[in-house]
Amino acid sequence: MEELLSLAVKAIFVENLALSFFLGMCTFIAVSKKISTAIGLGISVMIVQTITVPANNLILTYLLAPGALAWAGFSDVDLTFLGLISYIGVIAALVQILEMVLDKYFPPLYNALGVFLPLITVNCAILGGSLFMVERSYDLAESVTYGVSSGFGWALAITAMAGVREKLKYSDIPDGLQGLGITFITAGLMALAFMSFSGVKL
Amino acid sequence: MAHKRREMLVDPLVDNNPITLQVLGICSALAVTSSLQVSFVMALAVTLVTAFSSMFISMIRNHIPGSIRIIVQMVIIASLVILVDQVLKAYAFEISKTLSVFVGLIITNCIVMGRAEAFAMKNPPLDSFIDGVGNGLGYGLILMLVGVIRELFGSGSLFGITILETVNNGGWYVPNGLLLLPPSAFFIIGLIIWAFRTWKPGQVEEREYKIQVVEAH
Repeated sequence: MEELLSLAVKAIFVENLALSFFLGMCTFIAVSKKISTAIGLGISVMIVQTITVPANNLILTYLLAPGALAWAGFSDVDLTFLGLISYIGVIAALVQILEMVLDKYFPPLYNALGVFLPLITVNCAILGGSLFMVERSYDLAESVTYGVSSGFGWALAITAMAGVREKLKYSDIPDGLQGLGITFITAGLMALAFMSFSGVKL
Repeated sequence: MAHKRREMLVDPLVDNNPITLQVLGICSALAVTSSLQVSFVMALAVTLVTAFSSMFISMIRNHIPGSIRIIVQMVIIASLVILVDQVLKAYAFEISKTLSVFVGLIITNCIVMGRAEAFAMKNPPLDSFIDGVGNGLGYGLILMLVGVIRELFGSGSLFGITILETVNNGGWYVPNGLLLLPPSAFFIIGLIIWAFRTWKPGQVEEREYKIQVVEAH
C-alpha cells in the first residue's frame, strides 16, 4: 500500500507528465485559456488515462509479452512488436466511446471541448503513460495507480496553467508575444519550477 | 490551380505555421531538439508521414464512416510510422537508436492527425499530399531553428562538428547548460513566435483587455 502511495505522489509531482516529460503539450497550450474548460479536459484525460493504462497492461500481459500466449498453446510466440499499434488502437477506441457518451449525455462539455476531444487520441500523455507502464514493467495494481495519478498530475498542471493565463490576460504584454508567445514562456517558467521536485526521493 | 497548390505548400512555412500558429506537434519539438542531427531526421520523418497519411486518408475519405474515422486514421498513421521505423533501422541504425522513442511518438504527433482531420477529410488526394508536405516542412523549419540554437549555444557544435571550442576542451566558449534542458525549448519557441509576429503583424492575437491611457490633468 505504501509503495502505491509513493508511486502516486511521484507520478503527480516528481514525474509530472506535462511539466517534466512535456507530454500532451499541444492540448496543454491550446485549451488552457479558461479554468472551466481546462478542468473539463483535465478530467477527460484522467478518465481516459485511468482506463487505458490498465487495459494496455492486460493486453501486454496476456497477449503480447514473450510467452504470454502460453494459455492458447503458443508458448514461444513474442508479439511485442505489435505493442505500439495495439496500445493506440485501445486508446482510439476508448476516446471514440467517450466522445459518443459525452455527445449524448453532456452536450455542453462536448461543445466546449470541440475539436480537442478527438485530439485526446493523439495526446502524447495518454500513449506516453502506456509506454512508461511498459518500460517500467508495472503490474496491474501499479498500473491502475499510475493511470489515475499521472492523469491527475496532468489535470493539475493544465488547471494551474489556466489559472495563470486567466490573470495574465489583464497584463500589458508586447504585441508580438500576446497569446501564444507568452504562454510558451509561462510554461517554460512552470517547467523550471517543477524541476525543483526532481530532487525529491520517495 | 498551380498557383493555388504552390500557396498550399508555402503557406504553412511562415504564414500558417503548424507550431507557431496552429499549436500542433509541440511535444516532439521540445523533446528532440537538443541536437541538430536528430531534429533533421525527425523533421524528415514527420514530413513523409504527414504527406503520405494525408494522401491515403484523402483517397478513402468518402468510404470512412464518421463515427469510426479516428480509428481508421490511426491505423493508417501507425502503419506508416512502423514503415518509417523499419526503414530507419535498416539504413540508418545509429540514428534509429538515438531516435527510438520519438519515432513511436510520431503517431501521437498532432500535426499528422490534425491535418488529416482538418484538410485530408475534405480535399482530393494530390492537394492533401501537398498540404502534408507543406505542414511537415513548416514543422521542420521550427525544429531546425530550435535545434541550431540549442546545439550551437548549448554544446558549441552543429551536426556534432565543433564550431565554438568549449572551455572543457581547452577553448574559450562557456556552454550554456540551460539550453540542453527541455524548458529552454519553451523559451526559444516563445521568442521565435515573437520574432515571427513582429515580422508578420497580421498574426498578432487580439487583446482581450486594453490598458487605458489616463490623460494628464
